[in-house]
Amino acid sequence: MADVVNNGVNVEALISARDALTKAPEAAKFKWRAACEWKNGTHSHSTVEGFFGLGEEQRRKRTFKFDADHPEVFASEDVGATPVEYVLVGLASCLTAGIAAVAQHWQIQLRSVTATIEGDMDLQGILGIDNDVRNGFSGIKVKYKIDADAKREDIEALVAQSQKRSAVYDIVTNPTNVTVEVT
Amino acid sequence: MSRCLSDRSIDHVVLERGEIAHSWRTERWDSLRLLTPNWQSRLPGYGYSGNDPDGYRTVPEVVEFISGYATAFAAPVQTHTTVVSVRRTEAGYLVRTDQGDWQCRALVIASGACNIADTPGCADRVPRSIATLTAQQYRNPGQLADGGVLVVGASSSGTQIANEIHRSGRPVTLAVGEHIRAPRMYRGKDLEWWMDVAGVLDERYDAVDDIGRARRVPSLQLAGTPDRSTLDLNALTDIGVRLVGRLAGITEDGKAQFAGSLRNMCALSDLKMGRLLDVIDAWARDNGLDGLVAPPHRLPPTHVEASPSLGIKLTDEIRTVIWATGYHPDYSWLDVPVLDRKGLIRHDGGVTESPGLYLMGMQFLRRRKSVLIDGAGDDARDLSAHLACFLAGDPCRALVPHFASQ
Repeated sequence: MADVVNNGVNVEALISARDALTKAPEAAKFKWRAACEWKNGTHSHSTVEGFFGLGEEQRRKRTFKFDADHPEVFASEDVGATPVEYVLVGLASCLTAGIAAVAQHWQIQLRSVTATIEGDMDLQGILGIDNDVRNGFSGIKVKYKIDADAKREDIEALVAQSQKRSAVYDIVTNPTNVTVEVT
Repeated sequence: MSRCLSDRSIDHVVLERGEIAHSWRTERWDSLRLLTPNWQSRLPGYGYSGNDPDGYRTVPEVVEFISGYATAFAAPVQTHTTVVSVRRTEAGYLVRTDQGDWQCRALVIASGACNIADTPGCADRVPRSIATLTAQQYRNPGQLADGGVLVVGASSSGTQIANEIHRSGRPVTLAVGEHIRAPRMYRGKDLEWWMDVAGVLDERYDAVDDIGRARRVPSLQLAGTPDRSTLDLNALTDIGVRLVGRLAGITEDGKAQFAGSLRNMCALSDLKMGRLLDVIDAWARDNGLDGLVAPPHRLPPTHVEASPSLGIKLTDEIRTVIWATGYHPDYSWLDVPVLDRKGLIRHDGGVTESPGLYLMGMQFLRRRKSVLIDGAGDDARDLSAHLACFLAGDPCRALVPHFASQ
């Protein structure tokens, strides 16, 4: 094991935040936001900037921008990833961030972490061809390659713990009430 | 169909696995009433003659009505005869039954759309301590243990069963997916009356945009309520039934998960109902009924609580799960290659690819009303005409199927 484990995660800050939010649970209530604007065809442009948390509106140094579209096989312009690919990106990046944080907490030095993620989808669902086929993924597979100063079972435990504490993993595996309004 | 064949002097037999109206005698819950009013069971040469045309038949009354029809024209029904297999022969079809074989040149399949109750894939994850019943097996609340009941499915069966079980003192949670809301009465008339006079029920299968979708639409959320009240989700909420989203799955530790789409399922249904009432209002206006019937009105939106439950541990609060999640036909006896990959018979308005083989009594077979008793007459008139042409060796060009377009 390395003498000083450094995965670039400030665990002390996270733990002190955890302590602080345990004492002030209202401050733990966050609202994450994105804005989306239709451009043309299936192309839309989304931005992510502010969010609410720690009892107040939070600003960022910059605005993050995302173009979503569909590939040319759908007769689209393909100027951005598809929305479902953004879901895959969200899940993989959430699990990966979690692996780094948990590894830091468990004093496991990571050297490299790579993941591939694949979602199976039968288009008969969204095209309305077959009612028995769901619109969304029928399954998602994530494969991690992790080089770290730890035994295989510790790495597996790391990946398992990351799923247990992942927001996006919870979002895709459990139902969520969705309210869509026209204003 | 038998009546229409008799009218054409076509020699035929009707095979029935049990008694006449067998499924009505054996596969219906006790309190069920026909969803259509008495006057609306208009069969070729037969109809309602009692003094309650606006009432809804009880199950024994439906059995009596259908049996009475068979008696009235001496339908050649051979009861207690179960078809074991049907296959093509050079001369037509060989029908094997447990009472001997039949050879026929033409065959009409009228074995129904609701032979086998559908259950979702997660049904086998229900913990064993919880009883499960399909709507086909359910009879009355007295069958059930005391305690909570999860009713899955909110079409006509699910809402009616949820209503009477909840009123029996067993708290009901109702899992709601796609459903079609409909008021029992509108502007002082039965909804079926409006759909009948406005031509909605006569809409033809070859005139709708997407017949595949039209055939998959769930049944109208109607009930044959003796007081003609509307039994919609709001009525169920009012008596304390808890609404949750579509049953999405059951986890390994027995937690039922409900989709977060309840609000949209209800919004879709409210909007669809609004479009139907718009059609009715337009027809009433164009036909001079405004002023003669009650003025148009709209129903309040379906009430959905702010955060419907997304999951319950079944063993904590549920003693019985009832699947009211639809049906599919049973063609296990049919050895003629006319089934599509979903196991349904490919047909064009009831005419199959196999010469002389016909289908009746399915959703939107030839008209929106095809699945109703009231729809059987027109379909039987059309299909018996085709069948007569077939037997006469006339190609019936006007009615030749065009499967390529389906």
